[in-house]
Amino acid sequence: MSLQTEEKAPTMETNKGLNLKATELRLGLPGSESPERNNSEEKDGKSGYSHLVTSGAKRVFSDTINGGSGKWVFSGNAGSDGEVAQNGALFSPRGGAKILGGGGAESNIVKESVVSVPEKKKDQAAPHAAKTQVVGWPPIRSFRKNSMAINPPKNDSDAEEKLNSGCLYVKVSMDGAPYLRKVDLKTYSSYFELSSGLEKMFSCFTIGQCTSHGATARDGLSESRLVDLLHGSEYVLTYEDKDGDWMLVGDVPWNMFTETCKRMRIMKSCDATGLAPRAMEKCRNRN
Amino acid sequence: MDPVRKRTKDLSKSVDSAHLAPFPDEVLEKVLSLVKSHKDRSSVSLVCKDWYNADRWSRSKIFIGNCYSVSPEIVARRFPNIRSVTLKGKPRFSDFNLVPQNWGADIHSWLVVFAQVYPFLEELRLKRMVVSDESLEFLANSFPGFKVLSLLSCDGFSTDGLKAIATHCKNLTELDIQENGIDDLGGGWLSCFPETFVSLEVLNFASLNSDVTFDALERLVSRCKALRVLKVNKHISLEQIQKLLLRAPQLMEVGTGSFQQELVPRQFAELETAFGSCKNLHTLSGLWEASSVYLPVIYPACANLTYLNLSYATLQSDELSKLLPNCSNLRRLWVLDTVEDKGLEAVGSSCPLLEELRVFPADPFDQDMVHGVTESGFVAVSSGCRKLHYVLYFCRQMTNAAVATIVKNCPDFTHFRLCIMNPGQADYLTNDPMDEAFGAVVKTCTKLQRLAVSGLLTDKTFEYIGKYAKNLETLSVAFAGSSDRGMQSVMEGCPKLRKLEIRDCPFGNEALLSGLDKYESMRSLWMSACNLTMNGCRQLAKNMPRLNVEVIKDEESDDSEADKVYVYRSVVGPRRDAPPFVLTL
Repeated sequence: MSLQTEEKAPTMETNKGLNLKATELRLGLPGSESPERNNSEEKDGKSGYSHLVTSGAKRVFSDTINGGSGKWVFSGNAGSDGEVAQNGALFSPRGGAKILGGGGAESNIVKESVVSVPEKKKDQAAPHAAKTQVVGWPPIRSFRKNSMAINPPKNDSDAEEKLNSGCLYVKVSMDGAPYLRKVDLKTYSSYFELSSGLEKMFSCFTIGQCTSHGATARDGLSESRLVDLLHGSEYVLTYEDKDGDWMLVGDVPWNMFTETCKRMRIMKSCDATGLAPRAMEKCRNRN
Repeated sequence: MDPVRKRTKDLSKSVDSAHLAPFPDEVLEKVLSLVKSHKDRSSVSLVCKDWYNADRWSRSKIFIGNCYSVSPEIVARRFPNIRSVTLKGKPRFSDFNLVPQNWGADIHSWLVVFAQVYPFLEELRLKRMVVSDESLEFLANSFPGFKVLSLLSCDGFSTDGLKAIATHCKNLTELDIQENGIDDLGGGWLSCFPETFVSLEVLNFASLNSDVTFDALERLVSRCKALRVLKVNKHISLEQIQKLLLRAPQLMEVGTGSFQQELVPRQFAELETAFGSCKNLHTLSGLWEASSVYLPVIYPACANLTYLNLSYATLQSDELSKLLPNCSNLRRLWVLDTVEDKGLEAVGSSCPLLEELRVFPADPFDQDMVHGVTESGFVAVSSGCRKLHYVLYFCRQMTNAAVATIVKNCPDFTHFRLCIMNPGQADYLTNDPMDEAFGAVVKTCTKLQRLAVSGLLTDKTFEYIGKYAKNLETLSVAFAGSSDRGMQSVMEGCPKLRKLEIRDCPFGNEALLSGLDKYESMRSLWMSACNLTMNGCRQLAKNMPRLNVEVIKDEESDDSEADKVYVYRSVVGPRRDAPPFVLTL
């Protein structure tokens, strides 16, 4: 089956992959029974996404296609038990699910907002009863939803930090290296520059032979660079974002990366199973 | 070049009835061609046969609010001289993922007919239609005089389709691509406009995600001297927008790209100058990631602004408070709720001429709901902006008293769309339902055309609406009402109701059938996640043969449940392109 390109607008992807019946819910008014919907997992042949039950899970939004970011699907299911995603995807231990890579049959997985059954009984003391999500509510068009996901509202502390200090230092660790380094993300304006900089910094720990190829027009890591990091050195560059999840560097626009990156880790690609091959795919598709 | 078809005159007839027909047909047609609004045109065509014919022959623009209410063949037969078509397809709730993919509303069959009968078609404006690349290519090659393409909330095409448009439409004046579900395969489409192409007046690609070649864009902007609207996407940097503004100081509407870039003072000054040199600028949007550091570059242009769209800029209240005193001429303002109530107070005090306000939630799924706007922001705006007549307000709390105050301050509301984001939430001070709030709205705002309700609502709200909302045309309801009586009240009242969309309400068959007499005078009815059954829908269909009663089948639900129901009037009967999950009863 053909791989669809990564560069689909999330709404298109979302609509194609979204299994509405699984995410659609009925609500009753306070005091009335709301019919439980037990949605079984479903795999749409074409875009092979997985349903996850994520009560209390974190909410995520569809990525835009900027930079050919990967798309992950999960639609929340009714029910109180967690269900494991198909495709052997990795997900964060906190129960919020981000499917990182995944060697599943399909590379198209769309991120969609989590849906859980809203318990509308007033007397119910369920911890997350009040603020559960419903499909299509609040009524905001996909484009706006996606834009907001990319540009999360800055709270005052962040804004101040950004405006006052002209730098953004983050720790960088490398597997096998005896000590960490710190880099100022503000001194770079693209992934290419970052990767060159890191390379220089860690070359003493033998990153490997990296020939310099031109970067692609986009902010994403050029394929050759990634190849070098991967094959030449068997390393993959990852970062921890604001939510505490470990992500592959290069997926999101540079600006978003600098805003959400807390620290970085150059990990051995054998530790990052599922990450690297997907990144390779992504690079190929992007070019 | 322009063979407007004329019918042959039956001279004898006109001589006989000369005393009854004071105007020759040509004069009548000329006069009627000055009647622009499609509603007026409709009325004109109903006066008498002569006027019907005169309208027929002279009509050049057609508006079809529901593509399934009529067929392209019927349109072609009645109106031989159409130059401009506006078509709307899917029900509005498809914007919120309530309509499955492949539901329909494909433009292609329309284009095929148009290519045969309207070779001189110039304008196509589509909303919520499915448009494929093949259709776009067909369009580009079928209509040599094609000028205006506007796609809003459509899906099914990619940037390849745009390539075809740019390449072949030599006379294009308007390309407006907004908020579509599109496959963005790259920005190369923009480079497809030939170097000889100079006619562009409107270019809006703000919602496309990939980079265009800036060189190509700059050259395009330079040579299109009549360009008046330019809205770029967020890949265009501040530096680049400055260059574009220099090339096109005649611009009236500008959508900037990203507003976040490290600028040296010289660049900052250049940007200020650039904005200041646009003397005709009245609309400004974009401003992605705008921060207070660079926002002041737009100050020179602010005095003339009538429409400012800040809904993609996560501004805080103090940033907005600093900006708005420069914008005293504003009529329309869109913001994010990051500005909070304090920012809205600034709106109230700085923009006395404001007519429209939209406040969008920056974080609609915010677990804790500690941010955003409340009732006091809305009240503050209403007390300073007495001309306010259009509001869309997403908030986390509201009270009946506040709404009563708001409409007392601004009784001229025509569009009142209030979204209390937590479904079924009561007045947070009194714990009462929000019935009295909307009661106040409909009682006070006699010109109300569009209403969206939210919060905890009983049937009382709908009794108020039915009784008082004499001019209401569009009503959106979600998570509201207590019984069939609610919907019935609306169906029994609201004489001008045209569009009714309902989700997650306890309205059942009785409510549905109470509107039997009304649906033919409406464009459409949408009901999802209510208490309708297949039998109820069948009964409606049986009694009203000129309505299409469509049920979108949900695999999960019972066979007897009618989970999503879409009812609309049509002169062409059940549609033939319905997918298997849509049952027409």
